[in-house]
Amino acid sequence: MALIELQNVCKEFTQDDLKIQALNDINLSIEENDIYGIIGMSGAGKSTLVRCLNYLEKPTSGTVIVDGEKLGALSEKELRDKRGSIAMIFQHFNLLMQKTVIDNVMFPLKIKGVKKAEAKAKAMEYLKTVGLEDKAKAYPSQLSGGQKQRVAIARALACNPKILLCDEATSALDPQTTESILSLLKEINENTGITIVIITHQMSVVETICNKVAIIDNGNLVETGLVADVFANPKSIAAKKLIFGNSEEEMQSYKHIEDIPEKGKTVRIVFSENSSFEPVVADLILQFNMPVNILYANTKNVGGIAKGDMVITLPEDEHTQVDMIQFLRNKGLEVQEVSK
Amino acid sequence: MFSSEIITMLLEGIRDTVYMTVASTFFGYVIGLPMGICLTVTGKDGLKPNAAVYRVLDVISNIVRSIPFLILLILLIPFTRFVVGKSYGSTATIVPLIICAAPYIARLVESSLNEVDKGVVEAAKSMGANNFQIVMHVLLVEGRTSIITGATIAMGTILGYSAMAGTVGGGGLGDIAVRYGYYRWQTDIMIITVILIILLFQLFQNVGMKIASKLDKR
Repeated sequence: MALIELQNVCKEFTQDDLKIQALNDINLSIEENDIYGIIGMSGAGKSTLVRCLNYLEKPTSGTVIVDGEKLGALSEKELRDKRGSIAMIFQHFNLLMQKTVIDNVMFPLKIKGVKKAEAKAKAMEYLKTVGLEDKAKAYPSQLSGGQKQRVAIARALACNPKILLCDEATSALDPQTTESILSLLKEINENTGITIVIITHQMSVVETICNKVAIIDNGNLVETGLVADVFANPKSIAAKKLIFGNSEEEMQSYKHIEDIPEKGKTVRIVFSENSSFEPVVADLILQFNMPVNILYANTKNVGGIAKGDMVITLPEDEHTQVDMIQFLRNKGLEVQEVSK
Repeated sequence: MFSSEIITMLLEGIRDTVYMTVASTFFGYVIGLPMGICLTVTGKDGLKPNAAVYRVLDVISNIVRSIPFLILLILLIPFTRFVVGKSYGSTATIVPLIICAAPYIARLVESSLNEVDKGVVEAAKSMGANNFQIVMHVLLVEGRTSIITGATIAMGTILGYSAMAGTVGGGGLGDIAVRYGYYRWQTDIMIITVILIILLFQLFQNVGMKIASKLDKR
């Protein structure tokens, strides 16, 4: 059985008599040692979903099983003990601002009733893991964002958890700091075998460290699988949107290119299996010795494969058009005519 | 300028005023702090929302705060006599001062604790902290500066109220101001007492704010 199992989880909020379905029949398995990315646009329900994993939010219906135990069946006390093995870090770090770094890391141990000397030794050890042992006596306000998140990670690790939940943990950080935090998480995952669940809206985070990914859209889980598979061949609109990084309007825009030239033929070509390093359009031009006009282009390199689409106008000569389309199809591209 | 008797009287007045203010603030917090914590915890977004408990505390606090202190002072005379054995003098004044200050303090504490970042509370919950631990180690620690600032405000208000108690023989600087300044037309003594009250107020205010900013690590 998976370490974390979600079965038919639904969550509904009621606000001013208005029902909001935040999660809709979510089924998800997270295996031990996974770094599992849950990605979605803001408001998709991902923060609610991660809070169901430690029952900070109780699902309206459905079952959450963590390490063989149904969270819904636990008493308040048992649930609190259980939370000791499910640590969490947050977008805004959520450190005690009036306590020193070391006191912050000792906090979960204090809650568990660990003796002070022992807690201190452990806390120092984890501060060393995150590379902040020299900041033990500092206050969070004296630290940078990245350092604060490192303290939060040390605090999360203090109780030796089996699972680490990251709620937009890098969203408030700059790209460089994000990278260093992610590599720290990866390192911890490799060294301790801890299972990490990462909630994010940044595709790059998933690309960098996750092995599996779930895409959530409007409260529904639309796609799950290995990162490589989902990225290579996204099926849902939400996944495509996230992977190609374009908004809905943009997705539609090739259909509404207003100034489709009168002369020539305008087609949309879709890249799905070509190598990123194969200059398809340039080859086309060289082959026919005729100019081709690019009206719209949005492609991306996903693991060495070119993904995305372009809208191009082919020359006037009908014969050339047919040959060119054939050339592109032979290269493995999908070609669709764009109507005027 | 003044005879030694008057100086002695003024010094005693200062002593009595400080005694009433400090003692009332202290006991005000003995009642008001737990009451404020209860208001926060049972409030709508609290750790353990409980509309009934919140409503009762809310009503009590609003009723007491809406009665003018002078009226409360007179209303409470039988109760004061029962508690301290007499209804005049500075110790007797402390009783109505506490009753008046406690709900006011509870409100100040409630708003201080509600200011504490909800994210930190959530983090503590995610670590498995129970509500008592969250109150003791998160709310009171993170709200500390705000609570002390609140205490400074409360103390200033209590100092003002203690002066009012002079009208019913409560002792302290207010008492002197009323007896000499109002009943005997000795304006000079009244002005001196007023200046002393202002100075005391400034002193409390400065010390309180100093402590608050010293303890703030943000």
